[in-house]
Amino acid sequence: MSGIFASMIDGLLIGSVYGLAAMGLSLIWGVMDVINLTHGAMIALGMFGMYLLFNATAINAYLLLAPMIAGGLILGVIIYWLAVNWVVDRPILMSLLSTFAVNMMVIGIGTAIWSTSPYNVDFSVPGITVGEYTFTGNHMFAALSAVLIALLLEMFLRRTRTGKAIRAVADNRDAAELMGISSTRVLMVAFAIGIALAVASGALVSTLFPFTILSGAGYQLKSFVVTVLAGLGKPFGALVAGVLLGLLEGAVSPFIAISWIPLIEFGLFVLVLIVFPRGIFSRATA
Amino acid sequence: MKRFAFIALLLSSCFIATAFSQQTITLGFTVSRTGALNVDSVEQYRGFELWRDQVNAAGGIKAGGKNYKVQFASYDDESNSKRVQQLYTRLILEDKADFLFSPYSSSLTATAAVVTEQNEKIMLTTGAAEEKTYKLGNQCLYQMFAPATQYLTVAIDALKAKDPKATVAFVYEDASFSVAVVTPAKAYAQQQGFNVVFSEAYAPNTTDFGAIIDKVIGSKATVLLGGGHYADGSTLARQLYGHKVPLKMITLLVAPDSPQWAELGDAAVGVIVPSQWEPQSTFKAQYGPSGADFGKAYTAKYNTPPSYESAGGYASGLILQRAIEQAGGIDTAKVAAALNATDVTTFYGRTKFSTQPSEHGLQVGHAIFLAQWQKDKSGKPVKQVIWPLAGKSADLVYPIH
Repeated sequence: MSGIFASMIDGLLIGSVYGLAAMGLSLIWGVMDVINLTHGAMIALGMFGMYLLFNATAINAYLLLAPMIAGGLILGVIIYWLAVNWVVDRPILMSLLSTFAVNMMVIGIGTAIWSTSPYNVDFSVPGITVGEYTFTGNHMFAALSAVLIALLLEMFLRRTRTGKAIRAVADNRDAAELMGISSTRVLMVAFAIGIALAVASGALVSTLFPFTILSGAGYQLKSFVVTVLAGLGKPFGALVAGVLLGLLEGAVSPFIAISWIPLIEFGLFVLVLIVFPRGIFSRATA
Repeated sequence: MKRFAFIALLLSSCFIATAFSQQTITLGFTVSRTGALNVDSVEQYRGFELWRDQVNAAGGIKAGGKNYKVQFASYDDESNSKRVQQLYTRLILEDKADFLFSPYSSSLTATAAVVTEQNEKIMLTTGAAEEKTYKLGNQCLYQMFAPATQYLTVAIDALKAKDPKATVAFVYEDASFSVAVVTPAKAYAQQQGFNVVFSEAYAPNTTDFGAIIDKVIGSKATVLLGGGHYADGSTLARQLYGHKVPLKMITLLVAPDSPQWAELGDAAVGVIVPSQWEPQSTFKAQYGPSGADFGKAYTAKYNTPPSYESAGGYASGLILQRAIEQAGGIDTAKVAAALNATDVTTFYGRTKFSTQPSEHGLQVGHAIFLAQWQKDKSGKPVKQVIWPLAGKSADLVYPIH
């Protein structure tokens, strides 16, 4: 197997997790018009949640995703009522400040509890070796879990009454309210799902790499790139864009030093903003 | 009654005399209690702490007819150089530290050195191997570690003895210490006839080495040299193992020296670390405890064996203590003169500082070991000294698998 092919498979696997992380940001941004700056902190909480749960139960880490998502939903509801509900219809700067404040509180409390030292979830799944290259089981399980969660979300949004209500509120909140949909309740559910997705992606990342309470910031930045690539309010598009970003990383990394990759990613970010300001998936549906 | 009054007077005068001869020295430093340097830095701190406790239990440092009890002024620098700059200023100006120890790592020490030199305060640096800081005309720095250039050149010597046809990859942290180690090592490897097939630096906070590992495999390297500090080094080793990279030898800086390295399980085994000191070292101490006594006291206090960072921390205290004793007090100029004249062997090995104006304080007496994690009879990972051959406790295991 050639190096670039192996590198692209690695990129594809990790890209799925980037995509899952970005889905939460995209959903909240698209439905509520709120740029959720707690996103990175929620990813970090997902990492530590998985660490604590895994150490307490010592069962297969990927089976713990269900309780992690449930915890993320509850956390999302709490944050919504504490910090978001009050600023939903206010200028966007208010929601930025409000979610940034929550972010700082979570990071501060997290630093006090866990310090900024690295932690590991000591769990590994045997991988597959092709030629000289081995693809770890953790990467494959994380990618599969990310795709599965994304598909479940897509089904939820398309098939369930609440999911349809979320889409209706995202399209036209006033019209949705005239149809009898409680937009406050729908926004709360959308926010909670967004947070649960961030927590789930953090939990998956924790099975791949060591992490600190500050680790969410890097994934938050990638989530912004992916969300801009996909276009706002397109959660499944975010997953596809995440995979594309991972593939891009995999394709270029054999030819350049990895420290240059963020430059390419953010160059792409600017380019997409200029050429496709509504995201690369928006033209087809516009 | 008169006799009782006389005894009371005598006792109180003794008490007053003791109080006058009992002084306190404040030693200032920062510890990375949080952040990427946490593991190595705390180990260094434990060395300082054990030395202080032992000195104070023995009545303090005895110099010029006085007993100096040692107290610490210390803060968490969060592995952050901006914090180091603020905190060393605070240690000198507010806490009135008499002498300073360095923070852990070359980059944080370089920042601290700017402050200590401005204030003409003596700072013993430990965990700061990069030479550059000692070649800037500084006059108050004293380096305890052997310089960075030695770290990987000894690994290349050991490799040449075992497999002169090996192909070498350098993968290292993009930080001042690692760059200072790898740059001369790369040149040395080529000079020794090795084919350097791959070389890449990674950002200090890297956690995903997948892309670099794919490149190492693609380069057909048989030996990997590099690393940086604990967080990145342990992650790199874990991922090299997870990806089953077919390497015959892995030598990483700093991280594998920590006793915590054993927690990596099978990923720990076979990895080599250039070391400033190992518990198996048998230097005949001219001053201070033997290596065995230090190891015993350290293990009893912290329930873990000492790393070379811990030994370096303790030895810093010892060397400062000796200089204060020889200076007969804590006068900065006299202590500096004593440090300049230091040429002594402790449990940690030989310590001698350069007095050349162009490299004042650079360590010129100490030398590097190589240690390798090997499995003992029970299958548990243990560290063995493999180089220099004269002081080895086990043979180099090559190839690893």
